[in-house]
Amino acid sequence: MSEAPLSLELKPKLAPKTKLRLDPKTGKYILLYPEKGLLLNPTGAAILKLCDGQRSLSEIIGTLALEFQSDPDVLRPEVLGFMQGLLDRGLLQAAP
Amino acid sequence: MTAEDRLYTLIAELTYLCPLRCVYCSNPTNLAAHPDRLSTADWLRVFGQAAELGALQLNLSGGEPLLRRDLEELVAGAHALDFYSNLITSGLPLTRERLLRLKEAGLSSVQVSVQDSVKSESDRIAGRTSFEQKLDVARWVKELDLPLTLNVVLHRQNLDRVAEIIALAESLNVDRLELANTQYLAWALANRGALLPSQAQLDNARAIARAAKERLKGRMEVLFVLPDYYSDRPKACMSGWGKRYLLVSPDGLALPCHLAHTLPGLSFDNVQERSLADIWHHSAAFAAFRGEAWMPEPCKSCDRREIDFGGCRCQAFHLTGNAAVTDPACSLSPQHGLISEARAAAQTPQLLPLGLRYREILR
Repeated sequence: MSEAPLSLELKPKLAPKTKLRLDPKTGKYILLYPEKGLLLNPTGAAILKLCDGQRSLSEIIGTLALEFQSDPDVLRPEVLGFMQGLLDRGLLQAAP
Repeated sequence: MTAEDRLYTLIAELTYLCPLRCVYCSNPTNLAAHPDRLSTADWLRVFGQAAELGALQLNLSGGEPLLRRDLEELVAGAHALDFYSNLITSGLPLTRERLLRLKEAGLSSVQVSVQDSVKSESDRIAGRTSFEQKLDVARWVKELDLPLTLNVVLHRQNLDRVAEIIALAESLNVDRLELANTQYLAWALANRGALLPSQAQLDNARAIARAAKERLKGRMEVLFVLPDYYSDRPKACMSGWGKRYLLVSPDGLALPCHLAHTLPGLSFDNVQERSLADIWHHSAAFAAFRGEAWMPEPCKSCDRREIDFGGCRCQAFHLTGNAAVTDPACSLSPQHGLISEARAAAQTPQLLPLGLRYREILR
């Protein structure tokens, strides 16, 4: 099954079954969901903190580009790949 | 122990009491030897000690955790410690009002079991009328906007209805469907002849589950857990002994897994006498099967020894009488015949339905 590319107008937010919190043992953010957890790198954590259902994907990428001082064109495929993975697992939801 | 041994999940088996009598219950068969001994304050202290050790997940389990009258207090305590708390329940006895109180106390998610997609079969395997109440509970969980996992233990007598079970989960709009094949330990081992499926049943069910997983991607997470009797290599039981999980039994024993207290020769500490950190870091029982020093051949020189850790210690003991041998589920185990013989016997249809041994009810 081929994936339709994610629209940059989507406004993603974390699924209700998730809980994003700091793991005091590692100092990293972790996305918790039933029986599992996903330890996040700083970029992953920064992305998810912006997924509030208000910001569009293009706004999120713009904000990250400023925060990490990187080129949005380089950032875009990485962010979209990360998000697609979380959408497929039902950890992220996206309203148009 | 190594730096990698990090507690992530505390499994609080609050009580072994349960209104159901499921024929594959994973509680030990000598339930009466482990009565409820921990007070509300004991459990809250244990939660705090687990959080300090690094635990982020808390499974409130049993038996039936709803039978603890202080469950709301325990959930509130877990919430104050920022745990992701998961209530693992049969759904009995519960009212919508109590579920709402649990949600308000900060419960993160709910896992409800059903035994089949057909009422009469679900009730038969559970040993009591319960199916409709379970569906009510599943609906309340969704109505109250709590994340819902539906857990269905699979075996010979319901595997042919996996498609119907998936359809039931869809109709309930569950977030996560756990199709977990029976682990043949405890009560399930006593009923293995009646429960172990054939290869054909399993292949068929697995194909259906795989298609559903793809179709429902992003809407419902579908997990299909293979029985280790049909896999070539054993499971990394509990992700390794004393590596990620700690379980506390109703009488206060701190254990690496659900059935460790059935293994002879190990002395497990009680949380009323010793702190979790002390037990996790320094107890002999938690050290017993950590790392590789305990491993016999073929595990010791196997390139998968850091992947599956030699499999399940309880399965090794309950099938061979020795907890320190390779899990017979591994095809490299010299005792793999114990598994392959049981599997061979499961390939032919049973002429007569085998009798089931129901879990005892404790009062």
